[in-house]
Amino acid sequence: MLEFYGQKLSSRLLLGTALYPSPAVMAEAVKASGTEIVTVSLRRETSGGKAGGQFWSLVQSLGVRVLPNTAGCHSVSEAVTTARMAREVFGTDWIKLEVIGNHDTLQPDVFGLVEAARMLASEGFEVFPYTTDDLIVAERLLDAGCRLLMPWCAPIGSARGPQNLDALRSLRGHFPGIPLIVDAGIGRPSHAAAVMELGYDAVLLNTAVAKAGDPVVMAAAFGRAVEAGREAYRAGLLEPRDMAVPSTPVIGMAAF
Amino acid sequence: MKLIINGQSHEVTAETLAALLTELDFQGNWLATALNGEVVPARERDRCRLTDGDRIEILSPMKGG
Repeated sequence: MLEFYGQKLSSRLLLGTALYPSPAVMAEAVKASGTEIVTVSLRRETSGGKAGGQFWSLVQSLGVRVLPNTAGCHSVSEAVTTARMAREVFGTDWIKLEVIGNHDTLQPDVFGLVEAARMLASEGFEVFPYTTDDLIVAERLLDAGCRLLMPWCAPIGSARGPQNLDALRSLRGHFPGIPLIVDAGIGRPSHAAAVMELGYDAVLLNTAVAKAGDPVVMAAAFGRAVEAGREAYRAGLLEPRDMAVPSTPVIGMAAF
Repeated sequence: MKLIINGQSHEVTAETLAALLTELDFQGNWLATALNGEVVPARERDRCRLTDGDRIEILSPMKGG
């Protein structure tokens, strides 16, 4: 059974809570997807504001676990402080650790990421590191105390889908016992199925659902694609062949 | 005294972080606070004294990906 830091899960889809047309649509999409984990963030509250409280009440009513993120943090100290504040507010040791290295690509600063992961793991955090598909960085993150990895498959919000299946396959091969979650870059259910077919444990996405024509229907579609990809992996996939191979028996053909 | 609260300058009379939240009408048990980059847990806000020029962050839950 799927486990993240000892927490047993049946859904292999993690869903973000941003960019939906309305909070109500977000809530419906979460239900339709079957997810058990949603990502949330922390932002500055305005004086007298109730926005944060209303959002938090809605998320709590969904009956799912929350995975707070450090989205938008560009330095180790920003990310670590945000993580500590998130633990205080959300009451969880889980943290989706993002240390962004570039404004345009939103790719992780993997050096800062490893440093921040080490600090947070030593404080008892259970770190979900948003990383690249680099094998050596993955090893460093595990050394730093991470017990799962979240490589991107394409830039955040790009909807391009897996850009380097070989790198993802390599990570899967090197870390057979480590939960691997593809985070970022998924655009379509077929992208999600493709990485699940590689043996990935789960998929985290947001924009592809939130910005779909009908986010609720798309959430359900992603939920099924993730399951289909997982089942296909477990069933054992037929590898591509160079030549055509007839599927209908040739023995017993009539001769005219 | 003058404080930088969520990036903006404010003139306030509160002397503790707890009093500051009340003075500025920040409510709710879902708020997270930091003073000069260090997290201040809710239970310590009463004892957290402020001095002129302090930087304070007041955060709350928000949607995220």
